[in-house]
Amino acid sequence: MFIIGELINGMYKNIGRAIKDKDKAVIQKCALEQVKAGADALDINCGPVSRDPVSDIQWLINAIQEVTDKPLALDSSKPAVIESGLKVLKARAIINSTTADPEKLEILVPLAKKYNAKLIGLTISSKGIPQNKDQRLELAAAIVANCSDAGFPREDLYLDPIVMPVNVAQAQMCEILEAIREFKIISDPAPRSIVGLSNVSQGTCVRSLINRTFLTMAAAFGLDAAILDPLDQELMDAAITSDLIMNKNIYCDSYLDAYRKK
Amino acid sequence: MELSLEKWSGAVSTVSIGASKEEGGTRSAVLKVGGQKTPPYLFAEGQIPHRPQIAFEVWDIAPVDWPQELFKPYQDIIKDPLSWAQKCVTDYGAKSLCVRLMAAHPDFGDRTPQQEAGFIRDLLKKVGVPLIIMGCGDDTKDNLVLPACCEAARGERCLVGSAMQDNYKTLVAAALADGHNIIAESPIDINIAKQLNILISDMGLALERIVINPTIGSLGYGLEYAYSIMERARLAALAGDRMMSSPFICFVGQESWRAKEAKAPASEFPGWGLEAERGILWEAITATALIQAGADILVMRHPKAIEKIEKYINSLMGD
Repeated sequence: MFIIGELINGMYKNIGRAIKDKDKAVIQKCALEQVKAGADALDINCGPVSRDPVSDIQWLINAIQEVTDKPLALDSSKPAVIESGLKVLKARAIINSTTADPEKLEILVPLAKKYNAKLIGLTISSKGIPQNKDQRLELAAAIVANCSDAGFPREDLYLDPIVMPVNVAQAQMCEILEAIREFKIISDPAPRSIVGLSNVSQGTCVRSLINRTFLTMAAAFGLDAAILDPLDQELMDAAITSDLIMNKNIYCDSYLDAYRKK
Repeated sequence: MELSLEKWSGAVSTVSIGASKEEGGTRSAVLKVGGQKTPPYLFAEGQIPHRPQIAFEVWDIAPVDWPQELFKPYQDIIKDPLSWAQKCVTDYGAKSLCVRLMAAHPDFGDRTPQQEAGFIRDLLKKVGVPLIIMGCGDDTKDNLVLPACCEAARGERCLVGSAMQDNYKTLVAAALADGHNIIAESPIDINIAKQLNILISDMGLALERIVINPTIGSLGYGLEYAYSIMERARLAALAGDRMMSSPFICFVGQESWRAKEAKAPASEFPGWGLEAERGILWEAITATALIQAGADILVMRHPKAIEKIEKYINSLMGD
């Protein structure tokens, strides 16, 4: 599973303060800890407190790429912030994210193509959050169609079914899992799938357990990637073991260590 | 119709065997194996920078159980290992030798580590080709003999074996100290092959210095099982599993000439064809299948089988 570490986000107090104070060491430490724990890429989000995200995202990227060349997921709802990041990023970018709204797709798909970035497409639109599997697939199909028309490689597209908190939308969990499976049949080559995992346990009292249970189940439905907290060791162990069960990695007695060293 | 091509993200690691003068050794050539970015011989899907290499197997003592047909090409010199080695190079054009230190075995000659180290020194003077050095198969003795031989060949960047899951530390330490590559041997078991590579690399030996001996069976004796293990390991390597990305060495001669079909006399099985051809074909056919499975180094015995396989490799590589 492709793991994107979620911890460099201005909404966390330590990161928000580091962005404000331009304290590189805090950011770099957080980046390296996540990479060491097995993250394949790092999500970066300036957060709500940033007054000037267009400039802050460049500062974050420059700080991080001093210590790692892992791909970075540029996380913003504002295309101007994403493009600002793309201009300074040396490693491969992941644009996080576009919605299924045409006005978003028209800007972000060409941007992803121009910078050879991967693109996360949320199955959500200005009409609201989808309520079942079919609405998710409809929005996914719209995103895939736009990418095809624009000549954007579909294997670089990651569809996100929008994971809801289990205590808010319990009835939707199975719909989300089914959507992950059916994303694959929208086109050939198939788009990939991704979830922002932590949302599933928002507001619950056993977050880690719910996160890793959902991740394991989603893996069985063919999930390709997840944005999560890689420092949650039990969660990472579950992700790595899911790959084993899905026959994506060859077993050996030290498979957990081997994965983290790859 | 357009070919449907796979994209591969990983590559087999490139291992260099033998060190030239400039690199601190005395070898006349350096063999490079591995480096593929595609499954075997799918040239359209990725690079195959190095061809498979054949190493002639020689022993430090005359073998007692080799069948007559295998004995014949070497019979005038087989009691003199240095001449045997030289004949492989000068008469048969060997580009590398795999020397098995069988005389160290308690049941054969029980030679001391010092004697074997002396033999390796003499061999390095006698021939200029890169060397593969194999122990006698007795773990306790090999743990004494192989470090002595590693030291005798310091800087020559030999390939030394074998490290196994329950006996690898001594050999890895010796290879690290004296600058050699190592053979990691697993008993036709992909999980152990991966685990052993992890254990060895945890000791600080770079993955680019490990060659996997997956253990093979010859034609009729588990060849297809070995083939499937090698195929699966290679696909994992190409998908990015670095712990599976080592080149393969296959002991083709050893396994092929154990087969009844290779060595049984024609008088016992008149319907099986000439003894003079049967063993050679058994060795050659086993080798071709393993080359298709991804073998990078083939340790072989009969010069005629080796000649056939050299031609086969030439045709595969388009030479």
